[in-house]
Amino acid sequence: MPQHLTVNGQAYEVDVAPDMPLLWVIRDVIGLTGTKFGCGIAACGACTVHLDGVAVRSCALPVSAVAGAKVTTIEGLSAKGDHPVQKAWLKHMVPQCGYCQSGQIMQAASLLKLNPKPSDEDIDAGMAGNICRCGTYTRIRAAIKEAAGAKA
Amino acid sequence: MSTIENLSRRTFLKGTAALGGGFALGLILDPFQPHPFYGGFIGSAEAADAAPPPAIPPPTATLSPNVFVSIDNMGTVIIVAHRSEMGQGVRTSLPMILADELEADWGRVRIEQAVGDKIYGSQYTDGSRSVRHNYERMREFGAVARTMLVQAAALQWGVPAAECRAQNHKVVHAPSGKSLDYGQLVDTAATLAVPSVKQVTLKDPKDFRYIGKPLASVDLPDMLVGKAVYGIDIRLPGMLYAAVEHCPVTYGKVKSFDASEALKVAGVKKVVEIPQNQPPIVFNTLGGVAVIATNTWAANEGRRKLKIEWDYGANAGYDSDAFRKDMEEATAKDCKIVRKEGDVLGAMRDANKVVEADIYVPHFAHATMEPPAAVALVKDGKCELWSSCQDPQAVRSTVAGAIGFEEKNVTSHVALLGGAFGRKSKPDFAAEAAILARQLALPVKVTWSREDDLQHAYYHACNAQRITAGLDASGKVVAWHGRSVFPTIWSTFEKTDPEYGHKIELSLGYLDLPYAVPNIQLENGKAKAHVRIGWLRSVNNIPNAFAHNTMANMLAEAAGHDPYEFLLELIGPDRVLDLSSTDYWNYDQTYDEYPIMTARLKNVVRLAAKNAGYGKKLPARQAVGLAVHRSFTTYVATAVHVKVDKDGRVSVPRVDVACDAGRVINPDRVKSQMEGACIYGMSACVTEITAKEGRIQQSNFSEYPVVRMPDAPREIHVHIVDAGNYPPGGVGEPGTPPFAPALCNAIFAATGKRILELPINQGKLAV
Repeated sequence: MPQHLTVNGQAYEVDVAPDMPLLWVIRDVIGLTGTKFGCGIAACGACTVHLDGVAVRSCALPVSAVAGAKVTTIEGLSAKGDHPVQKAWLKHMVPQCGYCQSGQIMQAASLLKLNPKPSDEDIDAGMAGNICRCGTYTRIRAAIKEAAGAKA
Repeated sequence: MSTIENLSRRTFLKGTAALGGGFALGLILDPFQPHPFYGGFIGSAEAADAAPPPAIPPPTATLSPNVFVSIDNMGTVIIVAHRSEMGQGVRTSLPMILADELEADWGRVRIEQAVGDKIYGSQYTDGSRSVRHNYERMREFGAVARTMLVQAAALQWGVPAAECRAQNHKVVHAPSGKSLDYGQLVDTAATLAVPSVKQVTLKDPKDFRYIGKPLASVDLPDMLVGKAVYGIDIRLPGMLYAAVEHCPVTYGKVKSFDASEALKVAGVKKVVEIPQNQPPIVFNTLGGVAVIATNTWAANEGRRKLKIEWDYGANAGYDSDAFRKDMEEATAKDCKIVRKEGDVLGAMRDANKVVEADIYVPHFAHATMEPPAAVALVKDGKCELWSSCQDPQAVRSTVAGAIGFEEKNVTSHVALLGGAFGRKSKPDFAAEAAILARQLALPVKVTWSREDDLQHAYYHACNAQRITAGLDASGKVVAWHGRSVFPTIWSTFEKTDPEYGHKIELSLGYLDLPYAVPNIQLENGKAKAHVRIGWLRSVNNIPNAFAHNTMANMLAEAAGHDPYEFLLELIGPDRVLDLSSTDYWNYDQTYDEYPIMTARLKNVVRLAAKNAGYGKKLPARQAVGLAVHRSFTTYVATAVHVKVDKDGRVSVPRVDVACDAGRVINPDRVKSQMEGACIYGMSACVTEITAKEGRIQQSNFSEYPVVRMPDAPREIHVHIVDAGNYPPGGVGEPGTPPFAPALCNAIFAATGKRILELPINQGKLAV
C-alpha cells in the first residue's frame, strides 16, 4: 500500500506496509543513512528526526503516522551544515565515533527551538533520551549552551 | 567512480512532483571502484538527486615511497589510514604524525582508508596501541618522503641538498631564497631511489608542526551532517537485508525450523540456516537462522515469525549468580600462585591488623551504539566485504574461512565504527554476511538488533577477588594476599578450554600491583566459561583497578590515615617497579622502553587531587574519592566528587582526570578519550549482564541502563602531564579503570558505606 511522506522538503511515495517504522523507510527505502538505528524501542535516541520541527524517535513511529507532516532528518537540518547546533558541535569537537550525534544534534535543535535558553536541568531533561556510549555528554552540554548563546 | 542508478526502476521508491521528471537519481556505489574521496572507504549515503562528483584531473606523476604516503604533481598528499576509526581519532592522529615529518600542509592532505592487507603491517586497532606501535613508523615514512623531495629540489636547482630544507609543503633554498611546491618536485623525486630509514633524519620535536596540537578529527564535518558512513550505512545496488536469530544459549544448535510464516511477511525473500561452529568459536559464526528481506524491518518481522527448535546444549544451565558463588568459593581456597615476594602468610600472622574484602565485578557488554553490521557481495569467485571492524585482516581471514575462499579473493573494506570497545575486533557478524551473500549471489547486509548485541556479545569476564592485607602497628602495609578468579578470554580461542587466566589477562593490572609491600602473594583460581568471553575496553584492568584501589582505601581507613597520603605512601618510593618475580606482559612493549615508574604514578595522583581541591571541606554526603591505575603503558588518576542524596541517589558534580601518556599526538583527542572513559567507567557502575538458564537477562537499554546525560558527571576536567620525553602511551582504554574505584571511594567518604561489588546498589546508600 503506497505511503506518502515528505522528507527534507521532498515528497515521496513508498510502497511499504503502513506499520513500517519511519526509520527503516528513511534508511532502507529512501536511502538517507544519516539517521541511525540504535535500539528499535525508542530508548536511545540515535534515530531522532524532526516531525514538523519537533524531535521524535523514528524507530518507533509507523510511517503511516507521518502522512501530511514534514519530516526533517540530519541531512535536512540546514542546507550547508551551519545550523547553530552544528556549528557549536564543530567548535566543541563533540563527536567521538559520531554515530549517535545525528540524533543528539536533532534532539538539541528541537530542545533549543522549544526552549532557547535551557538551564542545566532543562538540558538534562531534554537530552536524557539520547545515549552516547563514547561519553561526549559534557561537550554536548557545552555545545548546547554555546548554540543557545549564538541564538540570542 | 560512483555509479548513478536510476532509482525509478526500483518498484518500491518513487520520487514525486518535487523532483522534475518524476524520477530520482541516487548515488550508489560501485563496490569494485574506490570512492573518489575516501579511497577504499566507501560512502553511500548521498541519496536522491546528488550531482556526480566533479572530475579530478588525473595526476601525471606520483611519488609513492611507501604504501602509506603518496604525493601527486598537484601537490596533494594522500596518507593511508590503516587503523580503524572508532572515535579515538586515529584517522587523524596517525596521518598527523606522518604529515608532520613530511612538512606537509594539513589542508592539502587527503586521508584514504586502507583495506585489510598485510602490506600495512598489523591493522589490529585494539589494545590502545595504534600510536604506540606506529609513532616511529609514521615519522620515518614521512621523513623518507620529505628527504626525497629535498633531494629532488637540490637536483632541480643544482645545489647541495644540505642547503635545502622542507617547510610547509615547499622545499626552500635558503641562500637564494628560491622555493618549489611539493607538486613541482614530484616528477624528479619519483625518479630517485627511496632512501632507507637510516639515511633520513627525523625532526627535532621542538619543530613539530602538528604533533601536540588539538587538530579536529578529519571525519568531524561529515559527522555533523549525516554524511559519515558507518558499516551499517553501506548500500549496494540490489542489496538485501538480513536478520539472524541465534540460539538464546551460547553454542546451542538449530534442531529444526519452520519458516513458512516468516516467508509470508511482505518483503521476506528467503530464510537460510547459518552453520554453527563448535568451540573454540574464535570469530566463527554462532549459527542460527537468517531471514533475508528487502529491508531491515521486513527481515525483523519475518524473524519474529520463525519457529525454531533448539538443542540448547551444555550451557543451558548457566546461572551467573551460582557462578559467582562458585568463583567466590574458589577465592576462599588456595589457588595457583602467580606472583610471590617474601612470606605473606608469616607476615599476616605477625600483622597488627588484618583487613579482608571479597570484591566482585560482573559481566559487561560493549553495547556499541552502532550494533554489529556488515555488507558482503560475492561475485565471480571474489568476496567484497564492508564492515565496522577493528581489524580488516581478521575479517579477511574469518570470512575466507567461512565461505571457503582464499584470502586473496576477499577484500575487506573498513567503514567508520559506531563505537567498538573490543566488540568489533570479533567479526562473526561479517562472516554471517559473507555466508548469506554467497548463498544468495546478491549483496546482503546483516544488521544485529540491540537484543542480539546484548545477548550474544563476547562478554567482559565477571571476576571475583579476595584480598587480605596486613598492617603493622604504625599503619604500614606489610602483607598483601590476592586471589582472583574469572573465566578466561582464551576459552573462546583455545581447544583446551582453559580455566586459568592467561598471562596477558593477569598482566592487566593484577601482577603489576604497584604497591611497596614487602610480602606479596597473588593467586589465580579456575573458572569455566559458559558464554563467549572477550575483551572489552580496558579488559581485566577494570576489576583489578577496582579491587586494588578499593583495598588501598580500606587499608587507609583501618590505619586511620587520609586515603590520599596513604595511597602515595603505599605506592612508595620513586622506582621502576621490579616485576622480576613474575611473568609479566607489558602491553606488547619491552619493559626497558615502558617501565612502570612509581614517580609517574604518584605524580598523576597529586595532579588529580590538587585540581579536584582534595581536602577542602564539603557539605554533608559529599566527598572526593581517588583512584590511580597504570594500564596500556599510561598512568591515569581520577578524582571523583560525589553527592549522595538521602534516597541514595548518586550524582557527580565534577571529575578531575590526570593523565600521563608520554608523548601526546593530539591533546584534544586524549582529553576526549579520558572524558569518555569516565562515562564508560561510570556505566560499569550501573550495569551488569546476568544469565539464568543459559539466557542473558538483559535485552535492550531498558535493562542495560548505560549512563545518560542527567547521570553523567556535570564537569570533567582532564589534565595532561607534559611528558614528551617518554614514548607515547595508550589512550583509548587507560581512563576507564580508575573511575569506578574513585567513585566508590568517594561514596565511602561521603556516606561511610563501602561498595565491594558492581553495579552499585544505590538503594543501600539511602539514609
